[in-house]
Amino acid sequence: MRKMETTTPVEQQAPSARVVTSVRSAGEDEGAVNPTVFDIENLSVFYGEFKAVRDVSLAIEERKITAMIGPSGCGKTTVLRCLNRMNDLIESARVEGRVQYHGIDLYDTQVDPVEVRRRIGMVFQKPNPFPKSIYENVAFGPRIAGFKGDMDELVDQSLRKAALWDEVKERLKESAMGLSGGQQQRLCIARAIAVEPDVILMDEPASALDPIATGRIEDLMQEIKQEFTIVIVTHNMQQAARISDMTAFFTAEVSEQNDRRTGVLVEYDKTEKIFTNPSNERTENYVTGRFG
Amino acid sequence: MTTSDIVAQGLRGKKGDVKSLLFEGALLLSLFISLLFLIILLVDVVGKGIGVLLDRGGSFLSSGLSSFAERAGVGQGIFGSLVMLIFVVLLAFPIGVASAIYLEEYAKDTKFNRFIDVNIRNLAGVPSIVFGLLGVAIFVLVLAPLTGGASYIAGGLTLAVLVLPIIIITSAEALRAVPDSIREAGFGVGATRWEVVRSHVLPVAAPGIFTGTVLSISRALGETAPLLLVGAVTGFVATGDASLGEQLQGPFATLPTTIFAWASEPDSDFRALTQAAIIVLLGVILTANAIAIFLRNRYERKW
Repeated sequence: MRKMETTTPVEQQAPSARVVTSVRSAGEDEGAVNPTVFDIENLSVFYGEFKAVRDVSLAIEERKITAMIGPSGCGKTTVLRCLNRMNDLIESARVEGRVQYHGIDLYDTQVDPVEVRRRIGMVFQKPNPFPKSIYENVAFGPRIAGFKGDMDELVDQSLRKAALWDEVKERLKESAMGLSGGQQQRLCIARAIAVEPDVILMDEPASALDPIATGRIEDLMQEIKQEFTIVIVTHNMQQAARISDMTAFFTAEVSEQNDRRTGVLVEYDKTEKIFTNPSNERTENYVTGRFG
Repeated sequence: MTTSDIVAQGLRGKKGDVKSLLFEGALLLSLFISLLFLIILLVDVVGKGIGVLLDRGGSFLSSGLSSFAERAGVGQGIFGSLVMLIFVVLLAFPIGVASAIYLEEYAKDTKFNRFIDVNIRNLAGVPSIVFGLLGVAIFVLVLAPLTGGASYIAGGLTLAVLVLPIIIITSAEALRAVPDSIREAGFGVGATRWEVVRSHVLPVAAPGIFTGTVLSISRALGETAPLLLVGAVTGFVATGDASLGEQLQGPFATLPTTIFAWASEPDSDFRALTQAAIIVLLGVILTANAIAIFLRNRYERKW
């Protein structure tokens, strides 16, 4: 089961048999299988004594949108936050198993979580712009990363990519707190784009937004997918079906001993297959709305 | 009854209810009682003391302590209080804020750290006289070569130590009130802990930290007991042509200790002086607070 050291990620498709077949089938009928960015092997996450997620294995491909869906408490956000070591900020959190990023173990003692987050950006559930100017929100990341080029140009480009430029170009020096929720979330995406990450993780980025703002965020994701690998957690199944290439369905298993819920990965496959012809009965029940 | 009659009756509800009127009245009465005593105090002090200020004006503000009422003034007291204020601002503020940042942003949630946290809270409640004894033991006696014994330096250090726990607690509360989403946003773009704290957490917490500092400064300006223990003088302080450094190592008085000294004088002339000194002290505290609030608002107005 242990992964061999490999520099050609195309060949290292996935660790578990279940996932290998699904990724292959995805590659056969819709373009090539992209190189693997994340290779998650038997990932378990604990908060103190409590096991929040158990034995998750999946491989995430480059320049695709991978959606994680499932009912509340199924551990999808927990898994997402392991991908850029955001869980490190929670003192009681502990990780078992491996998360490899381009073949490197993210939880290796040699790895600096700050550098991880510089390459793997994040957009949060609630828009959380810094209480500073719109310009400063975008410029902060590049500045601390030591960006030496034309900052105005970078801010301009990032805001354009986030489809926000036209709405804010006249008031870059004004507070970001004066923007609407949808604009704030696009600003957060611009902020994430500005540091030119490899991957952008999105934790229910549209759950606090109205349908129009949501639509814009979704369009935006399709645009930036050309440049970035996107992993998105969403409660909204239609959203996953609309935007993602691959979908991972998680669910919560209730322990009989202590009544605690532990998240498990049920099925991971091409989005189309998950929503039209899932292999697992639990997936089918969920996507057809019979539970969750 | 028509529908609108029933609705009208329902909507009237408890309007004009006796209990809520009584409650509101009780609240207003409480406020009035607090204000009343403040006003009595102010009127009394100003009534008795304003005469001295009007008669002697500048000379009262600049003269030193003296056993003759007509020559005594608050000059040394004002100077002493300002020196104390500088000690608090230069020592207690940076050390206190730094401690709070460590406790809130860096320290792990261990039993030891919780123990420290609880103890700092307790320290803030320790009577100031205890800090005075500490000041005598350490700053006056042990560190005598540095402080020059019972001196401005010893007094300033004692007050700085006294307000340190207050600054730590209020700063820690201000830092705790900063939403985690801001920290996550900072970490999310690859900032280090220090970059997150400096660029995002501190600016948001700054108004709260300044408020705590304002309270501490007022507290320090009003403290009397620990300074009397540390050895504030109640008589004339001869400065001669001593340099500032030598003066700082020499005997000291502050506004509150001056008030205490005069209040204990049997000579009735000193009574008016005491009231006048209180007016000056209130003025100094008011000015210090006003400056601090002004600085805070300027900082706050950024966003």
